[in-house]
Amino acid sequence: METHTQFPQDSDERGGDAREPVPVDHGCVQLLDPDGVRQEDALYDLFVADLGHAELLALYEDMVVTRRIDTEATALQRQGEIGLWPPSLGQEAAQVGSARVLRRGDFVFTSYREQAVAYCRGVELDQLMAMWRGTALSGWDPFAVGMATPAVIIGAQTLHATGYAMGCQRDGSDAVAVAYFGDGATSQGDVNEALVLAASFQAPVVFFCQNNQYAISEPVGLQAQRPIADRAPGFGVPSMRVDGNDVLAVTAAMRIAVDRARSGGGPTFIEAVTYRMGPHTTSDDPTRYRDESEVVSWRAKDPIARLERLLESEGALDETARAHVASVADAAAARVRAGCLALPAPDPLSLFDEVYATAHPGLERQREEYRSYLAMFDGGAR
Amino acid sequence: MTMLTLSKAINAGLHHALADDDRVLLLGEDIGRLGGVFRVTDGLQAEFGADRVVDMPLAESAIIGAAIGLAFRGFRPVCEIQFDGFIYPGFDQIVAQLAKLHYRTKGAVRMPVTIRVPYGGGIGAVEHHSESPEAYFAHTAGLRVVTCSDPQDAHTMIRQAIACDDPVLFFEPKRRYWTKGEVLDDLPADPLAFTRARTVRAGTDATLVAYGPLVQTALEAAEAAADEGVDLEVIDLRSLAPLDVDAIAASVEKTGRLVITHEAQRSGGIGAELAASITERCFDLLEEAPVRVTGFDTPYPASALEDHFLPDLDRILDGVDRALGRRSSASAAGRAEARPVTGGEGRR
Repeated sequence: METHTQFPQDSDERGGDAREPVPVDHGCVQLLDPDGVRQEDALYDLFVADLGHAELLALYEDMVVTRRIDTEATALQRQGEIGLWPPSLGQEAAQVGSARVLRRGDFVFTSYREQAVAYCRGVELDQLMAMWRGTALSGWDPFAVGMATPAVIIGAQTLHATGYAMGCQRDGSDAVAVAYFGDGATSQGDVNEALVLAASFQAPVVFFCQNNQYAISEPVGLQAQRPIADRAPGFGVPSMRVDGNDVLAVTAAMRIAVDRARSGGGPTFIEAVTYRMGPHTTSDDPTRYRDESEVVSWRAKDPIARLERLLESEGALDETARAHVASVADAAAARVRAGCLALPAPDPLSLFDEVYATAHPGLERQREEYRSYLAMFDGGAR
Repeated sequence: MTMLTLSKAINAGLHHALADDDRVLLLGEDIGRLGGVFRVTDGLQAEFGADRVVDMPLAESAIIGAAIGLAFRGFRPVCEIQFDGFIYPGFDQIVAQLAKLHYRTKGAVRMPVTIRVPYGGGIGAVEHHSESPEAYFAHTAGLRVVTCSDPQDAHTMIRQAIACDDPVLFFEPKRRYWTKGEVLDDLPADPLAFTRARTVRAGTDATLVAYGPLVQTALEAAEAAADEGVDLEVIDLRSLAPLDVDAIAASVEKTGRLVITHEAQRSGGIGAELAASITERCFDLLEEAPVRVTGFDTPYPASALEDHFLPDLDRILDGVDRALGRRSSASAAGRAEARPVTGGEGRR
């Protein structure tokens, strides 16, 4: 499913030295404003100077496609085909912009809302749906795509990413690990422990916090009285705060962080300031805890619309390109739907599979007991 | 053959594991330069380096969580939790992540992580330093929970635990760290030998099951009982999850009576699980209900009281009396009318 060539093999063509400290003033870096107008930034511009129209169109396509996947999955939930869906509507730039910086050999540890990251890593769309349709706890082989299965307990994965990064160090590899998590997770002990650990060992890990303003109903102010990016320097981890709805700013920040990790410069924390335009999950009613006016104000900062405006203003998004992107998106949506509906119901006895890597007599006995029980219903034995 | 203390036997086992497989790493607090608060990792960092024997920040969740990430990368981490009562900050990573990742990924991700936990009482320690939390982990699918009782088993079992592709909670009986015994380096051919119960004393009158620190106490109780003509079979469980029910059932088939002893609190404990399993399997072979001799359902007490909390030789023999249908303090307290004496007068 790799439609683009965005796993860069090296970054030599870009200027700047990633090991240089990034200024920690924590204004929100923005390279593309909501009207689609490029904003200058002497440092960050260096890291996206190589992005031409083809690359921007590829990012645009990924964002449109992942939003279409999200819409289709939400529809499937409304139609009763999946039990739950956590929409990523509005977070496409944060996820696509960061994930497309990575190489195949890097490894990503996410929470459960990173469908766009999963898409960029090459997770098959039926596999993406298996968890939500309840046919599996997770659908894909982590090693096939370089992405662990979703961590539902928020923040736990930041430690896994740090440990993985420590393994990369020991292997002498330049692979990096990335932990994706939300603003709510930053209140968890695990995220704080991961920052301590990563700083202590200068592990090649990127902490990518999508501050989408809400932890279910709780506004970010309940998690953080200061910009979340402010915390990391206190742990000895340099940080950046970027407009998470600006795919250019996200890409630049992620390239800085990943280059630093790859070249032995240690961990980096990125706070991507974005907005969860939909509910927490399809079970949620966000009208109980936020005003429509707030949603409207964020809709004006839509990550896809602003890139569209830039591309239009530069004459790079004509009808042909638009039609192509729409057809890719529709095809992805069709794969989501067909793949989801075709997911086989698991064999009841697969319940007992793969609990252990090696034989467990007690569990085997339970499997046999249940097999015998089920057999009673064959041939009218009931 | 070498005479080693139990702690040195584990040290030697860790040494083998580090030397045999460069993907084995040790992670823990104070395990490097200090060699661990019980010196179990003494000298290992000096020999294998700080990248292999890693002094970690004081963060249990980070120790386990990082081990999970390292296992994703193909390493075989061995974590040390400094004391039993310190494992709770790492609980989520153990039961919600480590235990489930193999199942969650349909076997794609192996989690060969060993977690060493010095556990149990009897050393006069302060709060949080004498607990027996094994049942929490035995209750969790996906984990193996084992415990050793003598230097030879400690040496062999830690090596087998590290070689095992499943996550293993390895409970070390800290009050037996200084017990000496002969240690051979040979490994059994069966890689799962460390998960099977072993008979440490053959007998015919009742089956006495113990594990970890109480195996020695159980053997002493068996010697005392023998003086009175009661022949106890003593079994060291070794594995608390899974339980080797087959081995216990085979013994109960012979003896018809079952006593289980552990330091941990009684309710919901390993003894409860074993009693239920044996009752299901061997109901018509049992002459009496299975008996548990355990810690009480209190927090681990101040050290001045721990001799009352911990099962000792006399409490175990009292339990044996009950299993034999004899009069005993517990049966007198628990029943309006004492059972008829079937095996002669009580000992005391």
